[in-house]
Amino acid sequence: MEPVEEVVKQHPRLELRGITKSFPGVKANSDVSFKVQPGEIHALLGENGAGKSTLVKQIYGILKPDAGDISWDGREVDVPSPHAARALGIGMVFQHFSLFEAMTVLENVALGMDDPGSDRAALAARIRLVSDSYGLPLDPAREVHTLSVGERQRIEIVRCLLQSPRLLVMDEPTSVLTPQEVNRLFETLRKLSAEGCSILYISHKLNEIKELCDHATILRGGKVVAECTPAEETARSMAQLMIGAEFRSVARREAVENTGPLRLELKTLSMAPEVAHGVPLKSINLALKAGEILGIAGVAGNGQGDLLAAIAGERRAVDAGAVMIDGKPVGKLGPAGRRKLGLCTVPEERNGHGAVPDMSLTDNAMLSGHKRMGFLKGGFLDTAKARSFAAEVIKRFDVRTPGTETTAGSLSGGNLQKFIVGREILQKPEILVVAQPTWGVDAAAAATIQQALVDLAATGSAILVISQDLDELLTLSDRIAVINAGSLSEAMPTATVSVEEIGLLMGGIHGTPEKGAA
Amino acid sequence: MTFDALLPMLLTVITAATPLLLASIGELVTEKSGVLNLGVEGMMLAGAVIGFATTVGTGSAFLGIVAAGIAGMVMAFAFGVLTLTLMANQVATGLALTIFGIGLSSLIGASYVGVPVEKLAKIEIPGLSAIPVLGPLLFDHDPLVYLSVAITVAVAWFMKRTRGGLILRAVGESDLSAHSIGYDVIKVRYMAVLFGGFTSGLAGAYLSLSYTPMWVEGMTAGRGWIALALVAFASWRPWRVFGGAYIFGGVTILQLYLQGAGGIGIPAQVMNMLPYLATIIVLTVISAGPWRGRLDAPACLGKPFRPAS
Amino acid sequence: MALKIEARRQISTRMLYLTPFIAVGATVVAGFFLFLALGVDPLDSLYYFFVSPVETLNGLAELGVKAAPLIMIAVGLALGYRANIWNIGAEGQLTVGAVCGGAVALAFWNDEGIYILPLMAFAGILGGAAYAAIPAFLKTRFNVNEILTSLMLTYVATLFLAVLVFGPLKDPEGYNFPQSRMFSDSAILPIILEETRLHLGFLVALAIAVAGWVLLSRSIIGFQIRTLGSAPAAARYAGFDRTRLTWFCLLLTGGLAGLAGTFEVAGPIGQLVPNISPGYGFTAIIVAFLGRLHPLGIIASGFLMALSYLGGENAQITVGLPQAVTGVFQGLLLFFLLASDFLVRYRVRSVKPLAEGV
Repeated sequence: MEPVEEVVKQHPRLELRGITKSFPGVKANSDVSFKVQPGEIHALLGENGAGKSTLVKQIYGILKPDAGDISWDGREVDVPSPHAARALGIGMVFQHFSLFEAMTVLENVALGMDDPGSDRAALAARIRLVSDSYGLPLDPAREVHTLSVGERQRIEIVRCLLQSPRLLVMDEPTSVLTPQEVNRLFETLRKLSAEGCSILYISHKLNEIKELCDHATILRGGKVVAECTPAEETARSMAQLMIGAEFRSVARREAVENTGPLRLELKTLSMAPEVAHGVPLKSINLALKAGEILGIAGVAGNGQGDLLAAIAGERRAVDAGAVMIDGKPVGKLGPAGRRKLGLCTVPEERNGHGAVPDMSLTDNAMLSGHKRMGFLKGGFLDTAKARSFAAEVIKRFDVRTPGTETTAGSLSGGNLQKFIVGREILQKPEILVVAQPTWGVDAAAAATIQQALVDLAATGSAILVISQDLDELLTLSDRIAVINAGSLSEAMPTATVSVEEIGLLMGGIHGTPEKGAA
Repeated sequence: MTFDALLPMLLTVITAATPLLLASIGELVTEKSGVLNLGVEGMMLAGAVIGFATTVGTGSAFLGIVAAGIAGMVMAFAFGVLTLTLMANQVATGLALTIFGIGLSSLIGASYVGVPVEKLAKIEIPGLSAIPVLGPLLFDHDPLVYLSVAITVAVAWFMKRTRGGLILRAVGESDLSAHSIGYDVIKVRYMAVLFGGFTSGLAGAYLSLSYTPMWVEGMTAGRGWIALALVAFASWRPWRVFGGAYIFGGVTILQLYLQGAGGIGIPAQVMNMLPYLATIIVLTVISAGPWRGRLDAPACLGKPFRPAS
Repeated sequence: MALKIEARRQISTRMLYLTPFIAVGATVVAGFFLFLALGVDPLDSLYYFFVSPVETLNGLAELGVKAAPLIMIAVGLALGYRANIWNIGAEGQLTVGAVCGGAVALAFWNDEGIYILPLMAFAGILGGAAYAAIPAFLKTRFNVNEILTSLMLTYVATLFLAVLVFGPLKDPEGYNFPQSRMFSDSAILPIILEETRLHLGFLVALAIAVAGWVLLSRSIIGFQIRTLGSAPAAARYAGFDRTRLTWFCLLLTGGLAGLAGTFEVAGPIGQLVPNISPGYGFTAIIVAFLGRLHPLGIIASGFLMALSYLGGENAQITVGLPQAVTGVFQGLLLFFLLASDFLVRYRVRSVKPLAEGV
């Protein structure tokens, strides 16, 4: 991956100087400067909350910098809107896709282009041509909600490619891909780079950056703290720069010898999807023992949400025996009933599901703990009890907040997640099920949460972790299973399983499914 | 029953359907952009009274119709400011619009009660209206009836075939995605809301200038609410709105004729209940029915647009 | 100098309490101009509208008479709205409740007894609740939007009342007027303030407001309601039963509206007539919002709205303004409240523009 050799000295394709951007209460970017050369694959590295997304939104014209300037091909430019960015030749592949589910691939591509022309057939032909030639085949007539996550990302990419980009910005592109899809993406990006297109690759995944990128700019707390050539660094040294403090990793679990009795069992659990085109759960079997951590890997959109809802009791099973807690059939029981039996959960979505953003932390403690922790007196709320519980959670899990009465919505992602996880852990559950425990959370908070899970398992609780982050699961779990299209694989011991194998299972058996390939 | 006896009944179906069609098609556009405007009843009344007052004052029905459309748009604009710029709750604001519209129209209309006005003149299309059977049925109506059909055609074409329609649908599907790509979500929604106000105003004008050419307090009698139900009933598709409006027109006329036909022993008020009960039944059927039109509802309907930036 | 809109990190409690006053102030100002446009003396009219109705004891009593049903209904509505359950058909539920309560009164029209009033009240509550059960059933079973169903039923209820009053319940000695017999003395609410029309229903309304406040802020049901409205997925996570809460809220509003309706016919009206309420069911919606969906705030806003009714009547007599002015004021008040709500969640800052050409 050598940068394209230029005979004549060129201007950098993109240069940022002194970019600063603030929001109420937080300085997202502070005096950020770096250069991207033509054909270079440049990494923007930083943990969650370092300011990468904000920076990139300014490059794409969604936000305006408070100070600083942007140069394109050596000339200073204003980027007042995404339209202007596209006119310059900047294409953006969003982390949370900018797609329209109920519409077709063709319509989605047309919407992302400024001048798709009025000839639909011609556009459809172009889509097929470009998507095939870059190894990302797409069928223009398919409706987006029928596509897998990996396929949806293709739309985002093809949409950019059709406009002959000279800089392609990719915001955390691999968090939703199987390992095989990641390789395919890298091939595409290398091809683009060889053709002279620059790539700005935003990620916090060090191994990928080492594999793919020519140069890296490292952000921490909104500032540029280092620049490096990934080939010359180790993952550890980059991590050090990224996090700043001594890189404290959670020790990989020793294989647990004596696990306790069977705590949670799923027996041929099947469930129709909740939303019209969701993924049904197909005959899921699972056995979770006390003291062990079982990880469920899988790309987003394969039924994880429904699985959690089924275990938590938010959705009732058809057959009461499909979910068993300590040998008791609880399939028809609701969340409150299951909590009483010792099952606590942490859902994927913090604000709106795991916590009520407009309510105080005290009330949020009341939310999940009112029955199990006895916060009720008759039919009335014992707010004082809930408050002291919340205060304890805050103290023990280092939640940065002025107090128990601040609203959940005003907490940062990492702090809120610490509160929610802490709230459940301090209820001393026999079984704890967590989904995406460290998604969008800064590294320090992530380490706290992961350590807390490990400690909880050591006290004898049974823990189930559903996560898209394979590294996290490999670190935490004793056994690992993979969910794909609503089916759950056998649980395999983490110590002996290979990443290859897991990747294959994540993508469906025998490699990535070619759903709807043109 | 001969066609001659049937004709007046069919004609009255058309007149009953037209205000519903006008109001619903505008609300469809509004809702397709993701905005739920419950103030249709208020906008219709505003159109009705302003249209009436302007016609009486200027002697020109044309000016009256235009004024009615503008009145609806002004009300819609107020709604837009509150819900799109100030991000107020759409349900509460729509209700406020209705209450305000009812009050304002009563106030303005107080001096126009009992004032006579000439019914909107019909436009005969030379040649076509002489065709036996179809002629008088299809080609001998006042301009608002023709306009209602023309607007339906235009909206259907706009939604399916134009880039503007594509963008409108996108904004209603996922405002955040549309915003990321660079579309001005608020502007698109404003335009959709104003269009809805315009046609609701026209619908009101039809009531006061053609249907019963006079001003009566609260003369919309819940049609604005029925129009809202119609949009859902039609799964947000323009031609289904047309069908729905005509079905409801039929129901309304049916009860009038049953009453007039010497009564079947049922009190008049019970017959008057028919359109409202029909609305409830229709809503239940589409919500519970197997075809679950829910997927056609714009995903962002009723949710305020709050970009993270 | 440019203006920038910023979301507040936490909602401003100061603004929360201040905005109803801002809204009222804005409405008064708007009223000033409205009166000007109508060709009457604005200051005089404002006086007749807002001040003179309550200058006498009788006036204050009348305020209570009108406020009672508004408060009763609004408390129920507020609980529902907090849970995002939009009952718009309180007017219909009021009507049906009045019919049921009135029917009981008419059944005993020639009797006396202390049991009659409570029986009427009970019938009224049941009737209103049963009527609200229809949208509740349709919503929980078929997911039909309750706004439209409850509203359609309002029209049906009014027509139903007319059927009764023109037909089976008509006073046989009433010269064929569409009205029922007058209720017997036992079926009339006792007056609590001599020489006025202020009846027991007023005290009941206040008690209901207090009970509603306790329920909403201190009980687990109130917590469930608030959670359901604020974050439905979190409510499900906590195990709160959405179906049961929907039934609860709708039956409660229906029952309270039915009770209010019964009190109206057992109080100021004294019989069944086609027109029981000057739109209390709809005005109560404004009362609920103006009171910030808080039962105690609703007591205050109930009085304010009652004043708008009295003011409208008074202005009609003194200055010759049409009754519709009341509706305009009420609509304006809600508009201004919703607009000023913005200040609770957002703040407007002035920012200096960036230096050019940086």
